[in-house]
Amino acid sequence: MPTTPQQSIDQIFTHHEPAILEGWMCEQVAALTSRQDLMSTAALRTQSQAFLALFTLACRDGGLVDITGTPWAPVLDFLADLSSQRAKLGFTPSETATFVFSLKQPVFARVREELGADVGTLVDDLWGMNVLLDKLGLYTMELYLKSRETVIKHQQLDMLELSTPVLNLWQDILAVPLIGTLDSSRMQAVMENLLGAIAKQGSPIAIVDITGVSAVDTEVAQHLLKTAAAARLMGAQCIISGISAPIAQTMVALGVPFGSVDTRATLADALAQAFAQTHRQVVVMEPQAY
Amino acid sequence: MDTTTLERFSLNGSEDVVRVRLAVRTWMRANGFTLLQQTKMVTATSEMTRNCVTHGGGGSAELQQLRDGERLGLRLRVADQGPGIADLPLALQGGHSTTGCLGLGLSGSKQLVDDFEITAEPGKGTQVHITQWR
Repeated sequence: MPTTPQQSIDQIFTHHEPAILEGWMCEQVAALTSRQDLMSTAALRTQSQAFLALFTLACRDGGLVDITGTPWAPVLDFLADLSSQRAKLGFTPSETATFVFSLKQPVFARVREELGADVGTLVDDLWGMNVLLDKLGLYTMELYLKSRETVIKHQQLDMLELSTPVLNLWQDILAVPLIGTLDSSRMQAVMENLLGAIAKQGSPIAIVDITGVSAVDTEVAQHLLKTAAAARLMGAQCIISGISAPIAQTMVALGVPFGSVDTRATLADALAQAFAQTHRQVVVMEPQAY
Repeated sequence: MDTTTLERFSLNGSEDVVRVRLAVRTWMRANGFTLLQQTKMVTATSEMTRNCVTHGGGGSAELQQLRDGERLGLRLRVADQGPGIADLPLALQGGHSTTGCLGLGLSGSKQLVDDFEITAEPGKGTQVHITQWR
């Protein structure tokens, strides 16, 4: 009796699951040798076994063509969890896709052994299986990318929150250390936080330190100038510190009009300036004998 | 002169500006450019890619390694299909802006890099090449 691809695939999975699992594990371990820091072989085996069980069931009940039907739902859910887990653990896209694609080799080998004599069925089966695994692999990638995007969005929000603290450096002296990449939304947050703190505490001096800023282009410069101008309107003086030699030269070449703002090379210089302007003096004490 | 393409980028938002900038800095650092050369090229890259995103409606960028005998250079090509620039000589003078920014990006970047080429006919998009030699 001729068998349909689905029936023969069913039988192969039902009768040879342990062998397929072994072959699959070998493929995966070989492909992921460098990632044992992220996931142990034992955990990978548990995951693979669980997937094979779901996959076999879905093949039997749902057929090999349409993976959007109800029988395939558990498999898709499983892959969704897997890809978001791997995205968070730091797997690369290809390492994540390997999970599904590396199943091809052991399955194909088994199908060939079982159906080697019957070339017609063999080709049909292999093709059906190939298309199916490609679909599942692509589905995994799609979800992986979605999870990565979510992770990145969260990180961006975290950065925005974390990176704009206003510090009370001394009585009357506020400081904002800026780090990393400044874009319009971050600069807006900086400006609001700083002006809020100036209004609340009535501080006459605010230091904006850009030592940790990777690149100062005209957009960033314009934001800094605006922040300084707004602070001045509120009666506070803004000192921009942390201007390295290359950044200073770059600003001059760009022609950014920093002349109207107080700038200092280092945060220490800015603090000294702030002390002087608030009539404070730093005194070095004589060492005392105890 | 040998030209090798290092990387291509599509420019759609400010995160792409950061990506290109980072690639420029990483490559220049690895290839022994001075900190000043890096800072200048990174800043000019930032200006050009940001122009492309804000004024050109997005576009593409390409990083090329140039080798001319012993000289090693990095070239950035940025292209968009935006409105172009109506008065290019005026835009290159500096301090002129149609959108409320400082208006120093083009003129300034020209000062920052070794070679600067721009074509920006109205209606035909804008193409900029900037090059920094080691």
